[in-house]
Amino acid sequence: MAVTALALARVRNLFAVVMMSGIFSLTAAALYVVQDAVDVAFTEAAVGAGIATVLGLATLAVTRSEAEKKVRAVAFGPLLLVIVTGAALIYGTLDMPDYGDPAAPIHGHVAPRYLADSEKETGVPNVVTSVLASYRGYDTLGETTVILTAACGVLMLLGRNRRQKRNAPTRDSAA
Amino acid sequence: MNRFAILRVVAKLLIPAIMLFALYVQFHGDFGPGGGFQAGVIFASAFILYALLFGVVTARKVAPPRLINTTLALGVLVYAGTGFAALLRGGQYLDYSVLAHDAVHGQHLGISLIEFGVFMTVSSAMITIFFVFAGQDVDEGQD
Amino acid sequence: MMLLPGLFNYWLVVVLMMIGFYVVIAQGNLVKKLFGLNIFQVAVFVFYISMGKIEDGTAPILVDGEPVYTNPLPSVLILTAIVVGIATLALGLALAVRIRNAFGTMEEDEIDAAEADPS
Repeated sequence: MAVTALALARVRNLFAVVMMSGIFSLTAAALYVVQDAVDVAFTEAAVGAGIATVLGLATLAVTRSEAEKKVRAVAFGPLLLVIVTGAALIYGTLDMPDYGDPAAPIHGHVAPRYLADSEKETGVPNVVTSVLASYRGYDTLGETTVILTAACGVLMLLGRNRRQKRNAPTRDSAA
Repeated sequence: MNRFAILRVVAKLLIPAIMLFALYVQFHGDFGPGGGFQAGVIFASAFILYALLFGVVTARKVAPPRLINTTLALGVLVYAGTGFAALLRGGQYLDYSVLAHDAVHGQHLGISLIEFGVFMTVSSAMITIFFVFAGQDVDEGQD
Repeated sequence: MMLLPGLFNYWLVVVLMMIGFYVVIAQGNLVKKLFGLNIFQVAVFVFYISMGKIEDGTAPILVDGEPVYTNPLPSVLILTAIVVGIATLALGLALAVRIRNAFGTMEEDEIDAAEADPS
C-alpha cells in the first residue's frame, strides 16, 4: 500500500496518478476487511476505486492535461519538513495502545453499550447501521447536507448554464 | 454508433444487475454490510456506466437534471422530515421510537426512512457531479 | 501478527500520511495535490479503523453466541467521512477545472505568474 502511494507521489503522468489512486483505494479496502470494518471496505471500494477514478479521468478529459509540465527534483525543504513531522508523529505513537488490544481506552466508553443494547432497542443486527442511522442520526444528517452542498457547489462552479446566465433572467439560475 | 459494440451489449446486461444489487444493498443494510451511502454510490455507478458508453447527452435524457436535482434535495428533506415527524408524534428530533406503536418497529421504520433519504441524496449527488464533469467536455467540443 | 511490533499500524499510517503531505506541499499540479490530499485522508481512515480493531474480533454484525466484536464506532465515523471525502474531492476538482479555464494551466507557479502579470 505504501508502495502504491510512493509510486503515486513520484509518477508525473496524471493518468497514471489517477490509476494509482484507484489501486491505492482497493488496497485500502482490503485492509479494512482485514480489520473487520466490512461496511467501510464496501464504501471505500465503491467510492474510492470507482467514483474517484472516474471523476479524475473526467477531469483529465476536460482539461486535456496528461503530464505535469515541470520535471522536479526532490524538493528538500518540504522533504525535511515531512521527515520532521513524521518523526514527531512516530514519537507520539509510542504512547498509543497496541494494535488489537482489547483493553485500549477506545473500547471502554460507548461502544459496549451500542453492542449490548442496539439489537434490543432498534431490532437491527448490523450495529454499524443502527449507530449510523439511529444513535448518531444528527451526524448522518449533517453528512448528507454536506453532500448536498458539495453537489450544489459543483453545479454552481461548472453548471451548464454558466455562459447563458449573464443574459438570461435571474430566475433560472437554480439549475 | 457501432463502436464498442461488445462493451455496449455487456453494459446493457450489467446495468440492471448493478441497479438490483444497489437496491439489495439498500434494503439488506440492516442485516449485512451496506446502507444508504453504499447503495447510492452503486446506483449512481450504473448511470455513470451508461453515460460513459452511450454519451452524456443520452444519459441526460434518461435521468433529466431537473429530476436529479429534485431527488438531490428531496433526500435531505426525507431525512429531516423523519426527524420532524418524530417531533410531531411527541418524541424528540430524530427519535424514531415514537413513529410506530412499538419502539423497536419505530426504530426500524425510522432507520429505513433515513437510509432511503441518504440513498436519494448520495446517488443524485454522484450522478450530478459526474454529468457536470463529463458535460464540460461536450460543451467544449461544441464551441 | 506476532512478528510485527504492536505499534506497526500507527507507523504505516504515519508513513502514508507523510507521503500525502509531501505530495500536497511539494508538487505543483493541482490535480496531483488533490490526490495527495486523498492519500492523507485515507491515512486518517486507516488510523481510525485500526484503532477500532480488537484481536480475534469479528465484524460488528450481531449473531448468536458471544463472539468478540470489533468496535463499531470508528466504522460509522469513517463511513460517512469517505462519502464526504469524495464530495469534497469532486468540489476540488471542479475548482481545478475552473482555474484551468481561467488561467489555461493547472501548475501552481504558472498561475502565480499569470496573476502577478495580468496581460
